[in-house]
Amino acid sequence: MNFVMTPEQESIRKMVREFAEKSLAPTAAERDEKELFSREIMDQIGELGIFGLPYPEEYGGAGSDFVSYAIAVEEISRVCASTGIGLSVHVSLCAWPIFKYGTEEQKQKYLRPLAEGTQLGAFGLTEPNAGTDAAAGSTIAVKDGDSYVINGSKVFNTNGGEAEIEVIFAATDKAAGLKGLSAFIVEKGTPGFTYGKKEIKMGIRASVQRELIFENCRVPAANLLGKEGEGFKIAMTTLDGGRIGVAAQAVGIAQAALDAAVKYSKERVQFGKPIAANQAISFMLADMATKLDAARLLTYRAAYNKSNHLSYSKEAAMAKMFASDAAMSITTDAVQIFGGYGYSREYPVERLMRDAKITQIYEGTNQAMRMVVSGSILR
Amino acid sequence: MEIVVCVKQVPDTTEVKIDPATNTLIRQGVPSIVNPFDKNALEAALQLKEAYGGKVTVLSMGPPQAKDALKECLAMGADAAILISDRAFGGSDTLATSYTLASAIRKLGNCDIILFGKQAIDGDTAQVGPETAEHLGVAQVTYASRIEVSGDVARIERESEEGYEIIEVKLPAVVTVIKTLNYEPRYPSVKGTMKANRAEIPVWTAADLTVEEGRLGLKGSPTQVRNIFTPPRRVQGVIIARDTAREAVAELLQKLTEAKIV
Amino acid sequence: MAVLVTPECIGCGACVSICPFGAIEMRDGKADITDACTQCGACIDTCPVGAILRGKEEAKEVAIDKDAYKNVWVYIEVVEGKPKNVGFELLGEGRKLADAKGEKLAGVLIGDKVEAVAQNVFAAGADLVYLVEAPEFAHYNTDGYTATFVDLIETYKPSVILLGATNDGRDLGPRIACRVGTGLTADCTGLGIDEATGLVAWTRPAFGGNIMATILCPEHRPQMGTVRPSVFKKPEPNPTKTGEIIKVASKVKAEDIRTRMIDIMKVCTASCNLEEAEIIVSGGRGLGKPENFCYVEELANVLGGAVGASRAAVDAGWKPHMHQVGQTGKTVGPRIYFACGISGAIQHLAGMSSSDIVIAINKDPDAPIFKMADYGIVGDLTEVLPILTEEFKKIKAN
Repeated sequence: MNFVMTPEQESIRKMVREFAEKSLAPTAAERDEKELFSREIMDQIGELGIFGLPYPEEYGGAGSDFVSYAIAVEEISRVCASTGIGLSVHVSLCAWPIFKYGTEEQKQKYLRPLAEGTQLGAFGLTEPNAGTDAAAGSTIAVKDGDSYVINGSKVFNTNGGEAEIEVIFAATDKAAGLKGLSAFIVEKGTPGFTYGKKEIKMGIRASVQRELIFENCRVPAANLLGKEGEGFKIAMTTLDGGRIGVAAQAVGIAQAALDAAVKYSKERVQFGKPIAANQAISFMLADMATKLDAARLLTYRAAYNKSNHLSYSKEAAMAKMFASDAAMSITTDAVQIFGGYGYSREYPVERLMRDAKITQIYEGTNQAMRMVVSGSILR
Repeated sequence: MEIVVCVKQVPDTTEVKIDPATNTLIRQGVPSIVNPFDKNALEAALQLKEAYGGKVTVLSMGPPQAKDALKECLAMGADAAILISDRAFGGSDTLATSYTLASAIRKLGNCDIILFGKQAIDGDTAQVGPETAEHLGVAQVTYASRIEVSGDVARIERESEEGYEIIEVKLPAVVTVIKTLNYEPRYPSVKGTMKANRAEIPVWTAADLTVEEGRLGLKGSPTQVRNIFTPPRRVQGVIIARDTAREAVAELLQKLTEAKIV
Repeated sequence: MAVLVTPECIGCGACVSICPFGAIEMRDGKADITDACTQCGACIDTCPVGAILRGKEEAKEVAIDKDAYKNVWVYIEVVEGKPKNVGFELLGEGRKLADAKGEKLAGVLIGDKVEAVAQNVFAAGADLVYLVEAPEFAHYNTDGYTATFVDLIETYKPSVILLGATNDGRDLGPRIACRVGTGLTADCTGLGIDEATGLVAWTRPAFGGNIMATILCPEHRPQMGTVRPSVFKKPEPNPTKTGEIIKVASKVKAEDIRTRMIDIMKVCTASCNLEEAEIIVSGGRGLGKPENFCYVEELANVLGGAVGASRAAVDAGWKPHMHQVGQTGKTVGPRIYFACGISGAIQHLAGMSSSDIVIAINKDPDAPIFKMADYGIVGDLTEVLPILTEEFKKIKAN
């Protein structure tokens, strides 16, 4: 048993933290306020090699592991959760299925630029009528000679409109249900592939989610990821990993809230003493810190399992649901500790609370996570 | 081009505070960092390497912990790092430090340009660069904000009190670098960080250098610290807090007039 | 090591926290002095049981005839025929040192056609001027000036040399000190005579201005220091005072100078001549945005003063570095210093605390700057500054 980070993980944390604090922190509130997605920031993250953290050097990666990657998402999210999810989607939802299921050609063509950070990635599964019930989607792909013709649409597509590379899912055999779903790599600019409206959201407002529209969009057959009918498996295993990213994002948000609450409760003086001297506050801080620690340990454990080729589906679901619930509760408590100032947009904790909410919802709601966990233990 | 950068690990003096009760420095929790001006120098070195090719070697004289500073330099992109560390170097002032650094640079062999930050933020002497140049017998240009090289001549933009000068110097030379947007230090990359993390940093002791013992450390340091004290504080004067700015200004001017300042 | 821990150490750790250099660690329950020690002695006074001692000085190998070195020299920095203020400030201080030691005060003038400056140097208190003129010295250059200065030192053997801590002074000082193998104390803000030894006691800020250190140079001559501009006042000139000019021929040949001045670009207007300014209006991050610097500039303009900036404002790119006041910027000592939206970090104070009158304007009543200001206004800068400018305009008009 070893709860100590490796020197490599430690130094990656330090490096990402320095970058986040110097480059993201000064503009995080403004980007949230004005709902500005910054491609420049994503490019910087790419240049630093953060997108390639868990992938082998032969594909332009850094050859580190998923714990380092989780740490990077955590540190970025601690400062800007919007950027955190952009990073997580790119690495876990777009690059990973190509790494895991792609052909050598696909890896060289798509994984390399994703890992090297020269192109941005996204993942399209959710449709207006198909959220948790992924099989209810209506996007279809019909094989026509050397290509597939895709029709349909996707919603809430993180990095959508910005990403050069999309991994999307469409039914190649509608009658086969889940077994008829297939995964495709679609490049930005492919004729017939356009973007719909941009979502206006409660939180993570500096990240971008758009609708994807496919109208007779012709994709080369070489861009089929895996085999026809493997789409659902690809989607689910990909989301298993994505949840580690979301859990790490939640941990980062929660850490920011705890840090702010600790600092504020030591500085804020009421009745002649810092409010931290009140047990009502200090016990709240103790509970927040404990939840955060548990969330972080679950998250790193899931990431560790993934790095070491151990099963991680249940672990990632546990981590995602626990960490996101913890983030919601910790940020809510932080707002409470800040009192009226907590509710004010001049202080950062209300943003953290708004950002935390989505972590309970996306990449599988926490109710769906309980389905995964209970399914796993009742098997 | 062979480029050497000399860096110092310093306490982040912007984080240092004085304990008002004891009037002493609170060092606890003050992080050790790479001297910020040295990072500008390293950035300059990396840009020179990118423009003209070559190798960047970072040297630091300091205690064993200074390896952390060198690793940070490797993470930023330096090719090699050497720590110069020995108890015999302890207590060195600028003369002994520059003597030791110059010996190490000689041991490295041919180098074209030797960069320093303009000064270290703990001592603020700005002497080690010029004194190292003197020990090595090479030319120096201080307060550089831009360095361009053609052949064996460097063209340097040097900050002056009133603007800047353009100076040409034949290499090899020592150049000290100021904080400038031209040399805003880059972030370490993931690959650099991982490489730095795995790097073994060689340590050169006094025995590895061709040096006279009497010129090292305290023995080789002409200056001695006689005592240390906290600076005398100015006394707080009159603080004006009024409802409107106009009232406050009126009161200030009245007080200044009374005191015959205006 | 010169500072030793005796077995009486009780391991209380008091010295660990007091050491400004973090050079003491606890090892096996006892204090252990590491090689980061500069033998400043802060721990000696702190130890409650007297277990830290200054060990015997190891015999220095350099033995020079210290008595052969006499007189106090001040380097008179001349730019384009015009001497910098700091030279005269130092002549004032040098006079005191020379009188205390019963020695002569000399100015060192190196340049091209600078003899006319000698009279000002005498008027400021010098007895002698060493004058070296050559076309090679039209502009400051490290090689030519160092060689010339070192030649003077070797010939005339001064006991003390003061240089202004300007960019050129800080370029030249260490080069000379290293060539003659002596100590140089940088950026001094205080000069005196150490009573016990009769040596010059050089006092300077260290650690970003958080502490002051007094430094001696016991065994080497000359004793050298660079001194920050604007810390000391210029002496009242005595135009009737005369002195002896000692002309020394230059031995420097053009090919000895390894640098070549290609161009001089002046971007500084009167507004950044901080060292010589009577009034300085400085702005910091409290201004909120760079555009608000216009309020600072307007006030400075009305008062005929210079414009300063805090490090934070310079780092944010609101003002170029040549406006920066503080430990890593310029040191200033105006008659009135306005600190507008400057919180008052110690690094800033280190650069302006010799101002006669400090007036602080800040919206945060807890800003440290108020603790050292003679006058302070708590208020919004964008409101206070325009009114202040307007009022000063009226005063001037009358």
